[in-house]
Amino acid sequence: MPAVGQLGYLVASALFIFALHWMNTPATARKGVYAGVAATTLAIAVTWASASVIHHLWIVGAIAAGFVVGVPLSRVPLTAVPQRTALSHAFGGAAAGLVGTAEYYLRLTEAPHELTAFSMIALITEIILGFLTFTGSLMAAGKLQEIRWVPQRPVTYPLQNVMNLALLAVAVTLGAALTRHPTASWAPMLFPVIIVIALLFGVLLIIPIGGADMPTVIAILNSYAGLSAVAMGFALDNKLLITAGALDGSSGLILAVIMCNAMNRSFTNVLFGAFGQVKPAVAASEERVYKSETIEGAAQVLEQANYVVIVPGYGMAVAQAQHKVRELYDQLKKRGITVKFAIHPVAGRMPGHMNVLLAEADIPYTDLVEMDEINPDMPQVDVALVVGANDVVNPAARTDKSSPIYGMPIIDADKARSVFAIKRSKNPGFAGIDNALYFSDRTWMLFGDAKNVLGELVKQLAGGSGMH
Amino acid sequence: MDFWPTLYVFVLASFIGLGVIRRVSRLLHTPLMSLTNAISAIAVVGAILVTGGDYPLRIRILGAIALFASMTNIVSGFLITDRMLKMFKTDDKRGRS
Repeated sequence: MPAVGQLGYLVASALFIFALHWMNTPATARKGVYAGVAATTLAIAVTWASASVIHHLWIVGAIAAGFVVGVPLSRVPLTAVPQRTALSHAFGGAAAGLVGTAEYYLRLTEAPHELTAFSMIALITEIILGFLTFTGSLMAAGKLQEIRWVPQRPVTYPLQNVMNLALLAVAVTLGAALTRHPTASWAPMLFPVIIVIALLFGVLLIIPIGGADMPTVIAILNSYAGLSAVAMGFALDNKLLITAGALDGSSGLILAVIMCNAMNRSFTNVLFGAFGQVKPAVAASEERVYKSETIEGAAQVLEQANYVVIVPGYGMAVAQAQHKVRELYDQLKKRGITVKFAIHPVAGRMPGHMNVLLAEADIPYTDLVEMDEINPDMPQVDVALVVGANDVVNPAARTDKSSPIYGMPIIDADKARSVFAIKRSKNPGFAGIDNALYFSDRTWMLFGDAKNVLGELVKQLAGGSGMH
Repeated sequence: MDFWPTLYVFVLASFIGLGVIRRVSRLLHTPLMSLTNAISAIAVVGAILVTGGDYPLRIRILGAIALFASMTNIVSGFLITDRMLKMFKTDDKRGRS
């Protein structure tokens, strides 16, 4: 590649680093997007101008098709962002896997001497990571979209982890054989076998994982997609690919670690732990009674508060209740009440999910507060309003050693002077665990669809303000 | 091929990534993920070379599918990131009320 091209790649690498750097605050974040667009455009232009590229129509066609599918995918409702993200990891994995496959067969026929041990290791890593990310992410997207034939609950069977690891070991062994004899007569037949195993492994890796663990899983798949790009960079000796892939890989890794810490669990536990298994033991606990409250009563208590903290969870996203939450926020703010949102790192189905939904509803991000910052305030809070959150406010995580979520850091909603919890039904949450918060002396339940309950509350507050 | 320089690039880029990402605001973790998605679609570079080269048809078909997939991620990744970031406002900059 000529020096101009290399310079272009170097500038693109630097721009990618700036793009991520500017994400450190919402004030500069959009600049980060522009830097990313500039870097990608530059990289595409430089590559397209390479002397070896002669089939321009093919490239135009594929790029156009990418726009046709990409633009609608960027307009999905924000509640569907987790699925979209998982789907794009699948696309990224597929791209890496396909390029790796093409490269292998190309070199096999045209330049067998280039199939060195190093490039074979890179290619095999690329296709294993790429194809397992492809099917794994498709499964994750299917679970998040609640597609009928994708099981929502974790699917487990005896010796599951042993079988998965054995399968991976087979793929690695075959890969090693291929690395030693990349041009053997059986090699072109063995390559697809590795692809099939990687595809199967991706599916098996995700089926035992439940919805509450999705934030971690999406982050891990994000990391894999980046690492498969790194492997492609090694195979093609392209340092821009390695840099961009490493940035993506480390981003996924950090997010996964944050998610794991927020659940007090380890990587291996998320991937091999099958969370749904604890349910039967919990179902045996004795019947306890909820106290419920009327809309009128709740509105009165809210009106007299000085400090209200709203704790949103996945239920808010399911009920599409974020706009009603905003209306309630406005009603309370109008009365001079301090209103903050307490955001747990794993609330929702992907990292940062709640922040995006609330920002969409036009709530200033300065009122979105992280768990560690809001918890010291909780004893001074007059009302904690729980909207569709469950496990992240369950005090059993602090006190009950037998609880499967014991040790998980939670938002201390139970320390507020009073608690209202909006809940659709009396069934336990996704993890299948009873919530001790609901039975506390200070807690009153508001049963119903979050959107309706909040709508009624807003109506009550709006009507009431005129009469006083 | 001397692969040591590439390994250096990988290790150093990972350290930069860890350092930079650690400072990303937690508010923005969802947009961060869609942004890194678009960035890692830089695999488009490999896809263009495979699609556009003077290679057998089946190789170029694999390349074209990969190019389509990467391009989809680039387009939707950057667009949705920007769409989400536009929504993050401070109190004085809110559109309504």
